[in-house]
Amino acid sequence: MDNELEMAQGADETDTESEKKRKVVVPGEVIVTGEDYLPSDGARREGKNIVALRYGLAEESGRVVKVIPLFGAFVPRRGNVVIGRVTDITFYGWLIDIDSASSGFLPIEESPRFINKNEMDQFLAIGDVVAAKIWSVKQKGIDLSLKSNGLGKLEGGFIFRVIPSRIPRVIGREGSMISLIKEKTGCNITVGQNGWIWIKGESIDAQIKARQAIEFVADKVHLSGLTEKMEEWFSKS
Amino acid sequence: MAKRSDGRKATEMRPMIAKVGVIPNADGSALFAFGKTIAIAAVYGPRLLHPQHMQDPAGAVLRCNYDLLSFSVSDRKKPGPSRRSQEISKVTEWALSPAVDLSQFPNTVIDVQIYILQADAGTRTAGINAASLALAQAGIPMRDLVCSVALGKLDKELVVDLTKEEEDQHDGEGATDFAIAKIANSDEFTLLQLDGKIAPEQVNEVMVLAKKAAEQIYEVQKKALKEAVE
Repeated sequence: MDNELEMAQGADETDTESEKKRKVVVPGEVIVTGEDYLPSDGARREGKNIVALRYGLAEESGRVVKVIPLFGAFVPRRGNVVIGRVTDITFYGWLIDIDSASSGFLPIEESPRFINKNEMDQFLAIGDVVAAKIWSVKQKGIDLSLKSNGLGKLEGGFIFRVIPSRIPRVIGREGSMISLIKEKTGCNITVGQNGWIWIKGESIDAQIKARQAIEFVADKVHLSGLTEKMEEWFSKS
Repeated sequence: MAKRSDGRKATEMRPMIAKVGVIPNADGSALFAFGKTIAIAAVYGPRLLHPQHMQDPAGAVLRCNYDLLSFSVSDRKKPGPSRRSQEISKVTEWALSPAVDLSQFPNTVIDVQIYILQADAGTRTAGINAASLALAQAGIPMRDLVCSVALGKLDKELVVDLTKEEEDQHDGEGATDFAIAKIANSDEFTLLQLDGKIAPEQVNEVMVLAKKAAEQIYEVQKKALKEAVE
């Protein structure tokens, strides 16, 4: 069954956007009826029916049916890039609030360069904003790392929040949406999977424009062909 | 056939209103009204639960808090928890928990705050309906929505969705208030609370009426959730 699911999902990547059908579903609602369909994230099989497990957009791509949540808290996964704020400095590293149920821990060894234990606050002080990658999610907490491109302390600019489950649309297919916004506004943007977004640009106007663009996307997640709509939005304003 | 003071039929419900996303700061929120009874619910979380000894490594803890606001009734209600509100908070928790799947969020809590803006009987049922919508909007995985309604009797005849006036009448067999909650697309009942007297044979009839009422509530809830996305 698992194997079958993977194969069906593999086939899905070759599908074009237009073949996907989207509709809003509520928990417990029957999405499709038929023995052929395979329930994926946010869906489950009940007899002949595929039933939604959460409130969101049901997406049928080929035989695979999943529900994309429209609301909801951030659930940390390994490999996610998140934006957080330093809340405490301990002997072994930094405690970072990443806006999820448990806070993140950034060990001193995970900083990109050597840091003297007595001068940790010169690298990251309490209140500093940092982009980090989730390195592991365990029962007792979340471990973070800075050892990757584009991670580290975020200086200047500003941060704001969108609903975390809408981040995939903000990034777009292979980053198409976010690179369009970056290109049109000339801003530096870092998107955290936890819903926090950092923007730094040359002028305040450009930064505000970038924020408006991202909020436009986050508000219209249920529509298809968003990248084209975004281009239109930029040409209008 | 007993005459109802507002001219409704015995099985007719008061006009219902459902709205989702009424509290911007909450992770999920909803308003639900049965006629003059208005309830709002806000969901916060999942967030870390303190004190630590209350945490459950198997999943999130659902914590409900129901309260009447001081201006919701004609005699001012003293704010703060009371014996009544604690009981209703607990039964609300029990009514909702079979519908939600909390296994994904270990050691956390999901707070559900239910406030009654205006009370005209059936406040706990309106509260459960609102809370079920708010949980859905907060993106909590759920098996189904929960629908809740109160039934009662005017002398011997069963009536759906009582008003305060009907609840307080004492003719014939006296006041009866039967609060029921049900998982929408299945025959599981998650709340049965009876105040007053009812013949055992009549309970089956109550269930049938509650099921029909729940279907109507479900449609209203579904519509509210779908409209919130446009």
